[in-house]
Amino acid sequence: MKDKLVNWAIWIGILVIFLLIIIIFSLSVGPTDIPFKKFISLIFKGKGSVEYSVLFDIRIPRILLGFAIGGALSLAGVILQGLFRNPLVEPYTLGISGGAVLGVCLNIVFQLDKNLGIISLPFSGFLGAILIILLVYSLSIKRGILKINELLLIGVMLSFILSSLNMLIMAVSHIQDLQGVIFWIMGSLAEPNWFLIKLMFFVSILGLLFSYLFCHALNALSLGEEEALHLGINVEITKRLLFILASLLTGFSVSIAGIIGFVGLAVPHFMRNLIGNDYRILLISSFLSGAGFLILCDTLARTIILPLELPVGVITGILGGSIFIYIISKKQIKL
Amino acid sequence: MKEIILKIKNLSCGYDSQIILSDINLTVERGKLLGIIGPNGAGKTTLLRAITGIIRPKQGNIFFEDKDIYQIGLKELAKKIAVVPQSIIVNSITVEEFVLLGRIPHYKRFQFLETKKDQEIAKKALELTDTLKLKDRSILEISSGERQLVLIAKALAQEPKLLLLDEPTAHLDIGHQIKIMQLIKKLNETENLTVLVVLHDLNLASQYCEELVLLNEGKLIRQGSVNEVLNYRDIEMVYKTTVLIKENPLNKRPFVILFPPKEWDEQK
Repeated sequence: MKDKLVNWAIWIGILVIFLLIIIIFSLSVGPTDIPFKKFISLIFKGKGSVEYSVLFDIRIPRILLGFAIGGALSLAGVILQGLFRNPLVEPYTLGISGGAVLGVCLNIVFQLDKNLGIISLPFSGFLGAILIILLVYSLSIKRGILKINELLLIGVMLSFILSSLNMLIMAVSHIQDLQGVIFWIMGSLAEPNWFLIKLMFFVSILGLLFSYLFCHALNALSLGEEEALHLGINVEITKRLLFILASLLTGFSVSIAGIIGFVGLAVPHFMRNLIGNDYRILLISSFLSGAGFLILCDTLARTIILPLELPVGVITGILGGSIFIYIISKKQIKL
Repeated sequence: MKEIILKIKNLSCGYDSQIILSDINLTVERGKLLGIIGPNGAGKTTLLRAITGIIRPKQGNIFFEDKDIYQIGLKELAKKIAVVPQSIIVNSITVEEFVLLGRIPHYKRFQFLETKKDQEIAKKALELTDTLKLKDRSILEISSGERQLVLIAKALAQEPKLLLLDEPTAHLDIGHQIKIMQLIKKLNETENLTVLVVLHDLNLASQYCEELVLLNEGKLIRQGSVNEVLNYRDIEMVYKTTVLIKENPLNKRPFVILFPPKEWDEQK
């Protein structure tokens, strides 16, 4: 018992150190290189220099957002995998991200954000996400039994349908800044609005804390719904609350940064292999490493072909998609 | 008269519009080892699922220690009734961690880690099932016979009063079948555990159970002693095959010999 706690604490320590190294790296590289040694003197000198504003107005907000969204997406992935008992499930593969995009697109087309304020964007993303979760879930249940194979296929197909719908909306509507919308959908952490960044940060941290109320329930659910019930878990309530949480995390992330796929797949996969399948450590470790992973991917995205900036979704898509294929081919999971 | 731990009254239940069990009445005394037998599709597993509240009765009630199971909270019920399923899908975790999952119903609100007591109970469950030596192995690596023992250990970690087992000997070799049944008997006798076990092997049921329940097409055909239930009329009618029932010279209990109809004709 104590050994377990010590072991977990060491892992969290290692992940935090990695995260810090990535953050420092991400802070210092870019079109203007700022060596780590200079950070402290910059902070003391205060505002005024170009380097200061690069650091505090561009890079720190981006890193905060990367932390929040990487953590949120990874956490959403772990939670969904726990609920559906399949390692290939995550917001992107189930079409939940697509649902969030649809919600946001409709919001933009009908200009709700102009009337209700910018806060309506994340909430429309959340609504789109939860509708798709419920749809996928109800379509994959046959006589009270969840069919995992159908769930995944339905999810992937829904993703296609939703992205077509999104294209349809863009084609028929007169969105002024179409390029901006397209770039947003492709996934980018460049967010000028501080309020949204702060909101995302709090949602993300609160989501992590909230998920810990269900750590035993998720462990029990890994044996199947019936077994969880035999262990005294109220499966229906747990599922509903965790669906809401996963939709909230995904919907908010997508509405702010677009579709950043596979973070919730790649990161938990490595954590499961590295640290084990106990959700008491899996939740926090996935959150931390998801945060680090996305910050790193974003750093690559904005530095790899300077002065151009790639959408971060492209990087995570290539990495995560390859891991998806790898898992299927290696573990011979039936699809 | 002994205390009644489980009482099922006029139970009818099923899935969607389909009725699987109809009008079941059953009483189980505390400390009994009760076998449930019947052909495939008779409703044996459904009966177990009804007792744990997984499927709601369409009619009738199930009382555990004189309380309707739907009046008992899920968590409380999990401390009293444990189930050993036929098989299980798991992630790769160690046998010890797996057995510790059985302690979940006993965790207090906001309890994060298992306590020393939880660990001792899990260890005792491993010892009782003779699986302590496997505790650091992955649950996916051990043999199916060992896994069945570990499943029982997890159920024991719940510290239940009533243990339900769904065909614990299915797919096992005769050595493991006997090992599992001996274990169930030992738990019943020394741990004072009431046991309901679904069995396909009528001779194992005859050998180990004190009492049997025969189900067929969702109805309870007979409940009684092994001698009462294992009579050739009922067995032939329910299983739609001819059998010969003799007294086993070793334990004086009925022994069922399968008798293909063709040979039957030739004998005549």
